[in-house]
Amino acid sequence: MKRFVQAALGALVAGGVALVATAQTKSTADGIAEYRRMLEDGNPAELFEAKGEALWKQPRGPKQATLEACDLGKGPGVVQGAWVELPRWFADTGRVQDLESRLLTCMQTLQGFDAAALAKTPFGQGEMHTLEALAAWISGESRGLKFALPQAHPQERRMYELGRRAFYFRGGPMDFACATCHGEPGKRIRLQDLPDLRGNPGNGVGFAAWPAYRVSSGEMWSLQHRLNDCYRQQRFPYPGYASEVTIALGVFMGVNARGSESIAPALKR
Amino acid sequence: MSDPMRIRAQAAGDKATVRVLMSHEMETGQRKDAAGKVIPAWYIQEVTASHNGKVVLTAQWGTSISKNPFLQFNIKGAKAGDKVSIAWVDNHGDRRSDEATVA
Repeated sequence: MKRFVQAALGALVAGGVALVATAQTKSTADGIAEYRRMLEDGNPAELFEAKGEALWKQPRGPKQATLEACDLGKGPGVVQGAWVELPRWFADTGRVQDLESRLLTCMQTLQGFDAAALAKTPFGQGEMHTLEALAAWISGESRGLKFALPQAHPQERRMYELGRRAFYFRGGPMDFACATCHGEPGKRIRLQDLPDLRGNPGNGVGFAAWPAYRVSSGEMWSLQHRLNDCYRQQRFPYPGYASEVTIALGVFMGVNARGSESIAPALKR
Repeated sequence: MSDPMRIRAQAAGDKATVRVLMSHEMETGQRKDAAGKVIPAWYIQEVTASHNGKVVLTAQWGTSISKNPFLQFNIKGAKAGDKVSIAWVDNHGDRRSDEATVA
């Protein structure tokens, strides 16, 4: 109300229509920001974080082992700070892996699950709930830290280049690329800002805001779910859970986001 | 078995603000699954909040409450160190109770 009065007074003083228009545009964005702040207080992602932490420490799978010896890139069992340095090169598997493909590796080697079968599980079913909870907790352990993905290994640089190409690759029935929606600043769809992912969109935006709890569907979405669904929205088939192209896009966005603060697990409409 | 609630209780002045996140499907009974069958209703019916064992809030809930609900309220006269407990019962008769200390 106060802002409205100020805007009205400002318009009277300046006698300009343009000023009213700017004030109104600003208040739309302000309104969205205010709505998000109100929701932030009770982010149900917290429930998934708690679940993820319990799952990490719980003996599971055919081998009845915990994941506490899992190496997420900073040494076995080190969780804090791991999220902001993934995806990265892993010598033991000889691959660049993101968090979720790495979790599949750990669930196979430590707990005896079949990683390929896990990756084929549809989103929102069975062990996918385990993976999304683990992703929520592990990313939450890096809350407020800055992205610092390594690019020292040639394979990490290759994946960045692959991700960059995938980002600009146009195709499918609608001739879409990631860049069609995320290659321009200041765009939004309804109430959703579209981050410009060609560069660094800033703290807690884009790559730095996933995994996230989606209020509309009441689901926890991991980055893999987000990226696979981006392809679905472009009318491509799912590239697959922990597929190379989704990891490459993770490297591309993560390296671009270097220095930005992670707010994951975030809250989305 | 349902997952634990997340309860935060923060004292400020002569009251404490309590924030509760509950883990529940809150299925309305109006949705259908992929096979076209109605998904049966499953929701929290009653919520009770107690302050040091004394009931300070009861709420009758229905299907219009969201999945994984968030509840916030103030307790007058609550101080740091007090116990706040929250309990719910759903239409299956399942119940869950969790406790937190006012910070």
